Parts: sequence; C-alpha cells; structure tokens
Amino acid sequence: MSAFVGKYAEELIKNAKYIATPGKGILAADESTGTIGKRLSSINVENIESNRQALRELLFTSPNALSCLSGVILFEETLYQKTSDGKPFVEILEENNVIPGIKVDKGTVEIAGTNGETTTQGFDSLGARCQQYYKAGARFAKWRAVLKIGPNEPSELAIQQNAQGLARYAIICQENGLVPIVEPEVLTDGPHDIKKCAAVTETVLAAVYKALNDHHVLLEGTLLKPNMVTPGSDSPKVAPEVIAQYTVTALRRTVPPAVPGIVFLSGGQSEEEATQNLDAMNKLEVLKPWTLSFSFGRALQQSTLKTWAGKKANVGKAQEAFLSRCKANSEATLGKYSGGSAGGLASESLFVKGYKY
Amino acid sequence: MSCFISKYADELAKNAAYIGTPGKGILAADESTGTIGKRLSSINVENIEENRRALRELLFTAPGALQYLSGVILFEETLYQKTASGKPFVDVLNEGGVLPGIKVDKGTVELNGTNGETFTQGLDGLAQRCQKYYEAGARFAKWRAVLKISANEPTELAIQENANGLAMYAAICQQCGLVPIVEPEILVDGSHGIQKCAAVTERVLAACYKALNDHHVMLEGTLLKPNMVTPGSDSPKVAPDVIAEYTVRALQRTVPAAVPAIVFLSGGQGEEEATLNLNAMNKLQTKKPWSLSFSFGRALQQSTLKTWAGKEENVKKAQDALLVRCKANSEATLGTYKGDAELCEGAAESLHVKDYKY
Repeated sequence: MSAFVGKYAEELIKNAKYIATPGKGILAADESTGTIGKRLSSINVENIESNRQALRELLFTSPNALSCLSGVILFEETLYQKTSDGKPFVEILEENNVIPGIKVDKGTVEIAGTNGETTTQGFDSLGARCQQYYKAGARFAKWRAVLKIGPNEPSELAIQQNAQGLARYAIICQENGLVPIVEPEVLTDGPHDIKKCAAVTETVLAAVYKALNDHHVLLEGTLLKPNMVTPGSDSPKVAPEVIAQYTVTALRRTVPPAVPGIVFLSGGQSEEEATQNLDAMNKLEVLKPWTLSFSFGRALQQSTLKTWAGKKANVGKAQEAFLSRCKANSEATLGKYSGGSAGGLASESLFVKGYKY
Repeated sequence: MSCFISKYADELAKNAAYIGTPGKGILAADESTGTIGKRLSSINVENIEENRRALRELLFTAPGALQYLSGVILFEETLYQKTASGKPFVDVLNEGGVLPGIKVDKGTVELNGTNGETFTQGLDGLAQRCQKYYEAGARFAKWRAVLKISANEPTELAIQENANGLAMYAAICQQCGLVPIVEPEILVDGSHGIQKCAAVTERVLAACYKALNDHHVMLEGTLLKPNMVTPGSDSPKVAPDVIAEYTVRALQRTVPAAVPAIVFLSGGQGEEEATLNLNAMNKLQTKKPWSLSFSFGRALQQSTLKTWAGKEENVKKAQDALLVRCKANSEATLGTYKGDAELCEGAAESLHVKDYKY
C-alpha cells in the first residue's frame, strides 16, 4: 500500500469507525490550562487544579450524556485526573463506551516573514508521548493547525507547513496506536464571503490530503476536524442550509471516501447555531461517504459553564444543560434535530476575534 | 469555489453524470491512424480511410449496442465521418443516446534524463481545437498520461509532469464545454505484485487530484479513467475479487466523492477478464460514492474485429459479437454479470502487448 500498515492498523480502523458512529460525536474538553483559565474567569472561578477537575467531573458524570458521545478529547492533566471519590476519568469514559482522546500539540507559533500566519508545535518526543498516552488509556489524538483568510492569506508556505505538520503528526500517532484527528482550522475572522471561505477550505483540504498520502497515513484510521464553510465573522450571516451546501460540496471535492468520519469544530459559533448547521448538513440529500458529526468545545459547554458558575449547588442544573446540548447534537448527526433546545444562553455567539486557544 | 466555474458548469456536471449512468459505459474507439493500422493489419485489412470508416460504422450501427453505451471516444478523423448512406456518425450516436467524445492528446514523448518515462503532448492550441470539437458535437474529451512501474519508477518528476499535464488539459476542456476524462494509466508491464501496483496507483491518483485542485478544475464535471489495480504482467494472476478489493480501496483513498464516475481502461486484459473484474468491483459491499464503469477499447472490440476480418458478409456476426460484450459489461456495471456471455473467438485472449505504444 502507499499506506503504512503497522501493528495497530486494525485497532485504528476499528476505533476511528466507532468514533464516527451515527448519533454520537466528540466532546472537546481539551482546553489547555491557560485556555480553561479564560473560561473559568468568565464565571469568576479561580483557575486551580481542583476547579479544573470539578468542571470536567461535572461533564463526565452528567447522567445520560455519555451515551451521545463516542469520544472526549482531554488535556494531559485531565488524562490522569480522578473524580472526587477517586475514580479515574479514563475509567468512567471507558465504562460508558466513550473513547478517551488526548490533545498532543503544543500550540502555535508565528511563521517568520508572514503576516501573522502560524505553524503548530509539538513534535519533540511526540512518539514517546503518544506511547505514554496510549498506556494511560488514550486511543485517539488531536492536533490543531490554524490558517487565516486575508488578502494574501493563507499563503502557500502556511498551507504547506501546516499540511506537512498534520501529516507528520498523523503518522506518528498511527505508529503508536492513536487515531489522529486531523484539524486544519480556517479561522472565521474577516469580512470575506462564504465563497471565499469555500475556496480556501477546498485548497487547504486538498493540500492536507496530498500530504497525508505522501506521509503514508492510513486514511481509514483517521478522522477529519474541519471548520464549517461560513461567511467571515464580519460578513452577514447565511442560513444553515447554505452553510450545509457549501460545506458538504467542499468536503465532497477533497475528502477521500476512505475517511470514516468528519467531526466539525464549532469555531465561534453559538451552541444553537452549530447544532442547526450540523443538522442541515445531515438533512442534505446528497451522497456523503463519511459520517458528519461534531467535535465541539465551546458549543457544547457554554451554557453548562454559565449555569454551573463554579457552585456545587448548580451542578445538577448544569449537567441538565449539558445533556440538552449533547442530545441536540446527537439528533443533528442524524438530521433529526427539531430545534427548540435553544435557551438564551445557547444562542449566544462565542466568537472572539483572533481567538487564541 | 476553489474551482473555476465555466459558463458550461451545469452542462459539464450533467454530461459527466450521464456518462456514469449505471448500466452504461464508454466505447473507446479513438485509436489514432497509426494504432488502428496495427489492429487492421492483424486481420489483414488495409489501413485506408474507407476501412477505418467501415469499421467504425460497423460498431456504431450495431443493433442494440448503443443502449449499453453512454459515450464513445472518437479520433479526430472519425468525428467528421459518416455512414455509407451519408449520416454523420455524431448524429448516429446522439440519436442513440450516446455522447460523442474526442481524443485530444497528441501522444507521448520521453522525459529527458529518465529511464524511458514519458509525458503527454497536445496543449498547444488546445482551447481552439476543443471549441471546434464542441461545434462538431463532441461533449467530452480524453487525454492519456502514462506511467510505468519499475525499480525506480515512477519518479516524482514523471508523476508531477503527468499530473500537471492532465490538470491543465482538464481545465482547458471545461472552459470549452467538454467533460475531461482524466486518464493516468499505470502500465501493467513488470514483475511486481498487486500491492506495489496499489501503492503506485494511490500515489499517482493523489498527485492527480492535488493537481486538479491546484488548476481549479470542477470535479463534478470530470471523469476518471484509471487502470485497475492488478499484479504486473510477468506476475501470477489473481482472482477478480482480489483485484476488486485492491482497486476499490485505492480509489476510496484518493478519489473525492464529487467525481461522478470512474470508467476503467482495460490495459492488456482480455475481454472476459476485464468484464469479470469490473463485475467483481460492483459486487463489492463497500463505500463507492462514484459509479464504476468501463471505457474499453480492445476489451470491447477484439472479438468483433476478428469476426469482421474486413469482410462485408461478416458485418452482422461482428455486430452480434460487439453486442455480447456491451451487454456483458453493462451487467458488470450493475454487478449482475453471470459470466455466461457466449464467448466469441478471442474473448478469452489476453490483449497484453509489452510496452504497448498507442
């Protein structure tokens, strides 16, 4: 094959397929310590380990929520944390048929000579780290590459750097038993229209899949986490059906059928927006050889966070809010979302200009 | 879009989808004058225009055959020829629900510094030629790029040059209203196993689709004409199911769903072999977002040619032979071929010629 078929090949294929189960999706709970700090401070909660632990415990023990999830992406610290009565988070997830995943990149740095374009760090000892994470129970990984749209962006250099980085990360993961989620996020920032976003997304995805082929990555054992195709943040919004049309067209033009599932990032979309867009895609009557699901961070946690506000007394209600978003998105993966789970919080835009994770 | 939306966009998508209609496929009758000469001489027929015309008339007027075809690829001379009673071939095809296509490349030339690798000529004035062909009734085009497998081949240079050539040709065709068939043929010559062929095919197809994206080609208005994934010609044969598995997997790993249809070349396969392999692919229970069909030259015409032998009195029998193959391949596109087509003389014969020059 042109693909590397190592000792983990069958397991990778099986896990990737499972994560792509219709009706399920991924909770991205892998906010780094710095990033989760911003979330906690927005609800006036101190950024200390026990609070970070409490938040994740709230999420992972939400009654019935886990049945809507096939995977949860964790930050390294969380992979080794336990509930307040001492049960490892990894065990809770596994017992509920949710595959633990791990963020393995180390953030972005600027590419010199570009206009603020970036590349992603994290290669040092990546293989060894993946082995450790596998031992700790992780079975998939995530690495976020970032591109932006501007008059001269994304540049060919940025596209190539990020595509190559994603491919290299992906093969290292596969060598070590982790299904790589390939995430080439094209930021929404900007005044461009949806056509421009579509063009850039198609160009970026084509480069990514060429790089994955060059690096012998086994596509059947990967997942894609792309942005949806939308107008820029400074442009007028469009209907979910329009977003669905442009997004699915872009994916049909670039993502080989061997990829089992596509799990969208939510970017700055509100909870309700993200769900409606995902639902519209799954309602679209066109041939889609991969499942279309979610890998949402903010768009699954926003209401939950606000409802919790760091108070033990609010945990039950916060967990209900979380379950509500999980169910809504689960329905959206089946094209069966009927709307109406949008509370005021769920419709709040989560867009932050130039968002740094 | 990253693709260029030509004024013909809707028509291109419609025609490409039509060519991919389940139950139909393409007859590749675009042999250049030199190549058809070899075929004719194999049945002791003189290579003059009248004989070339007579052969094509035999094919296009074969009763019942056109219903199994969605397209016929023609050589330039043939595009302007007529039946003996004066009806343009293009009209015969159109009336039979068959789109006329046109070969637009001008053959291969060697790449300097390589071990006999080639690239394909034909870009000069291509747009003007395509416009003329469109006016003459053509609605799709074909361009054959060739790669080979060997110790150090295909090289990155050969892959890039051929992928790039295909992409430029494709973009020009679309601007002129012709659906480009993208044909990156990896020759079967060699002693390699099927896994090597799979690896090379995946690498080549990935390069092609990257190039098509770079050149802003609208995939919905294209077709792919690849080789099947098989062992090399000097290697032991394998079962159709194995060929089907490796071939479909290679395509799943490289060909985006936006491409409406994949129409295989037959290479040096015998008529029956090619049909059985195509059938096996269509029986395979796996993700296939594009239809899988045929664009056969030799594998549709071999028995017909032999039966005809250039004699008027053999025309009907020769046409019957063509119908048998068309029907068999039509069933193969549906995965319903039972292998029971009456085999005419030559149907089981391998058509492999080492290092075949078209």
